[in-house]
Order: sequence, then C-alpha cells, then structure tokens
Amino acid sequence: MSDTFLLDGRDVPFAPGQTVLQAALAAGIYIPHLCYHPEFKPHGSCKLCTVTANGRSMSACTLPAAAGLRVDSETETIRNERRALIQMLLVEGNHFCPSCEKSGKCLLQALGYELGVMSPHFRQLYPSRPVDFSHPDVLLDFNRCILCELCIHASAEVDGKHVFALAGRGIGKHLIVNAESGKLGDTNFALADKAAQVCPVGVILPKRKGFAVPIGARRFDDAPISAHVAEFTKESDA
Amino acid sequence: MKKLRVATTSLAGCFGCHMSLLDIDERLFDLLELVEFDRSPLTDTKEIGTQGPCDIGIIEGGVCNAENVQVLQDFRANCRILVAIGACAVNGGLPAQRNHLDLRDILATVYATEASLAAGTRIPDDPELPLPLAQVRPLHEVVKIDFFLPGCPPSADAIWQFLTDLIAGREPRVATQLLHYD
Repeated sequence: MSDTFLLDGRDVPFAPGQTVLQAALAAGIYIPHLCYHPEFKPHGSCKLCTVTANGRSMSACTLPAAAGLRVDSETETIRNERRALIQMLLVEGNHFCPSCEKSGKCLLQALGYELGVMSPHFRQLYPSRPVDFSHPDVLLDFNRCILCELCIHASAEVDGKHVFALAGRGIGKHLIVNAESGKLGDTNFALADKAAQVCPVGVILPKRKGFAVPIGARRFDDAPISAHVAEFTKESDA
Repeated sequence: MKKLRVATTSLAGCFGCHMSLLDIDERLFDLLELVEFDRSPLTDTKEIGTQGPCDIGIIEGGVCNAENVQVLQDFRANCRILVAIGACAVNGGLPAQRNHLDLRDILATVYATEASLAAGTRIPDDPELPLPLAQVRPLHEVVKIDFFLPGCPPSADAIWQFLTDLIAGREPRVATQLLHYD
C-alpha cells in the first residue's frame, strides 16, 4: 500500500521520488503544464502547474509528493491565475494560430481552450523575431517561443549537441542557436534529434510537412487537453 | 418583446466572420425574431445609431487605419455591449503580420520600388484614403470590449451559442469544443 496525498479532495497514490505532477498524471488527473516533459528533469519555469500545497503556492512539477499533503489545483483562483499566464505568453510572442502549422496540436493553444482564454487581455507586444529557415529540413519560427527550454535540455542531454540556449534577461530573454552565424543550418542539428520532437508550440517544425493533418483530425480536435492526460505520463511526444 | 438592435462591421478583416454569421443558415430566421440590424453590411446602412442606440455591436477585424479607429469609437459610443469577433479583432490576426515591418518600407516596396510596377507608380495619397496606422492593433487596445469570440472565423455553431446567450442576457459561454483560435 503506497502513501497518498490529497488533490482537490481526492486521494492520489504516489511512488517514492514522484512529484505531485507526476503522481497526478499517473493517476489520470490532469494538471496544466507547458515546460514539464516526462523524459526531462522538471525545472518549474512556466508556472502553469502552480497549485497550493498546504496553503502555499508551489509548482506541482517540482514539488515532491508527500503523505498527507493537501493540494488544490482546480480552484477558481488558480484557474484565473493560469488563464493570466497563458494570456501573458500569448501577448509576449506572435501567436497567430490560423497561420501556424502547429495549430490543433499546440499545447499553448490547447491550454487556452482548456482554461477558456477568450482574449489576450493584455497589450500585444508584437516582438520582431526573424524566422530561421537556413536548415534544409527544419524551420525555426522564434515568434512562437515560450522559453520552456525543452529543446535546450533535449539537445544537450539526449542528442549531446548543445544546439540551443537562452540569451538575454527579463523581457529580452530569447532562444538562440549555438553557431557563430546564429543559424540552425550551421549546426549539426538533425530532424531525427530529440530536440526536434519536444517543442510544445510551433517553433521547431519539419519542413515540407505543413498542415498534413486536416482540421478535425488533429491531436486536440477531438477533446480538451485534460482528456488527453494519459499521453503526458511517459511517451516521446508529450 | 422589443427586438434588440444589433450593429455589425468589419474593420481590418476579410468579412469571413460575417460569412460565418450567415452560416447559421435557417437559424437566421430565429435570430431575426429577436434582433433587428442597425449599421451592418447586411443592411448596407452606413451610419450607426441614426435610429437610436444599439444594444449589441459586433466587430470583426483589427484596427489598421484612421477610419477603423473612428468607426470603432462610433460603435463604442452607440452600443451598450461591444463584441470583438474573430482572430483579427482579438489579437490583430493576419493583418498584424506586418507589425514588425516599417510602414514606410512596406508602402515603398508595394507602390514604388517593386520591379514589376508600371513606370510612374506612386504611393497613393488621395485624401479619401484613410491613413494607415504604424501597426495593426486589436480592438481592446483602443476601446473597452465587453466580450470576445476568437476563431478564424468562429464556427456558425460557436456564433449561434454566443449570440443566443448574449440575447438572453447571459454572459456568453462557448463550449470548449466550439472554442478555436484558428
């Protein structure tokens, strides 16, 4: 018999070493998240998975599950805060879903639907971020980057290539490519790399495959992201 | 019951949202039992509020020129409830793709320096043409918007659910399955 903690009034079992997010997902309970990926060490940067644990706000992806912990996730206050986080992410970049190849399988978009985000609310920043199409097989559209760092970790830890990094601070922080020219085409990045598979939004896209899946048959067309919870435990395309 | 007065317009939009409104098909008859149209492409009335104030204003498209600003402010002044409909009204949409470019450079490329232009082509400066803004902006950055319905365009079913809520005096809620940004 394993220990349990309380999540929105439900007993959730956990294995030693599991975080609150991991245990919740394993139990089939979805907690919104963007920068967490089951194959990488959580780093708690997107804050979408913020919950209250024994009354304190914590990132569920970095919070170790503990017996008797009392966690609240689906409260009105937390949903409002998550909605505001999505809205801030939307206005910080250039997220134009109608012209994005990732539309329908984008985690940011799917979370917008899940949380009922009807407007950007804040002032659009419309940053200027040139697209990098120097690589023969992969397009880089920085306009959609949400700084989740998953491509950075995948490239460094799985591919052993260190193709991506973050530069700058605060609102000036941005994704860069580790080449003297700054161009992806001047790196040893390959379409088969793990880093090419982990982007939750539409930054890293395979060329010549755009809009291959029709509207209605895309990943999140059938049901909200929370109903896809089983896909976020252990698989390659979380 | 007195019919609600509804005005609609397209600013920096493509009329796709209006087409989606028409796509409610036979439900248009139900709608016309409940509302009458003021200024709208459907009535071809050019001025808003000449028959009195409106209950609901529905605007597609963002704000890309001085005339858009004027029309948007007229709508705000004449409508009790103002709705931003479609991707462009909500976040600028496709027209906002020009926002990272310099307006002077765009106009020069399109009307003056592009190689295929006929000799003597100039940037239009007719006083009847509204001046373009440096950037396309969404509606809520210019006036207060009461409700938003994203989508490119929102589906007829989403529009119908949204409008029937609004007309019934409820806060409009679109089912998650009908909410789309594309």
